[in-house]
Amino acid sequence: MEAKQNNWHSELKKNTKALAVWTFLWVFTLAFVAFGPKFIWNENKIITIVMIIINTLVGVGMIWINRKHLNSQDPLQRKISMDAMAITLGITLIVGISYSMLDITNLISFNAEISHLVFVMGITYLIAMLIGNARYK
Amino acid sequence: MKNRIKVLRAEQNITQAELANRVEVSRQTINAIEKGKFDPSLPLAFKIARLFNLKIEDIFQDED
Repeated sequence: MEAKQNNWHSELKKNTKALAVWTFLWVFTLAFVAFGPKFIWNENKIITIVMIIINTLVGVGMIWINRKHLNSQDPLQRKISMDAMAITLGITLIVGISYSMLDITNLISFNAEISHLVFVMGITYLIAMLIGNARYK
Repeated sequence: MKNRIKVLRAEQNITQAELANRVEVSRQTINAIEKGKFDPSLPLAFKIARLFNLKIEDIFQDED
């Protein structure tokens, strides 16, 4: 029984750590794609394409690990995560479309960048997770 | 859904943390179930019932 208990906790810890590593790798390779062409490989197209492919593959790995992490959570943790993801998806869709409309209709003077939407996603997910955890305290 | 987990724990002198470890969930989950804030999944309800050597319906009761 004791070994089984430790298994569950260690499995969750292992998957959380793996998710952090893959997320870091994805951000790291993304930074390479964003800044590499100008500062490291002098706009070489082949290297840029290779780096974009690597970044995409790491992203696929991150998604797979995220799913594994979600499945290793207990039912309540999974519910909190799924609720936060549902709220994030909904808000991203609504805010994204509205933001795009503001840009298309020239109601804002600057361009609606995808990075702004990623920021909204991150903040929304973080807040939804905090509220979810507080609700079931 | 109502449940008797808190009473059963007290009878067997088990803490929330011990129960959580034995059924492989977090202490937060056991606490939420006891307070009626969260209904357990069927596999988790079976695990809890097995641990106390009872049937699921002896621990969990529908409030309707």
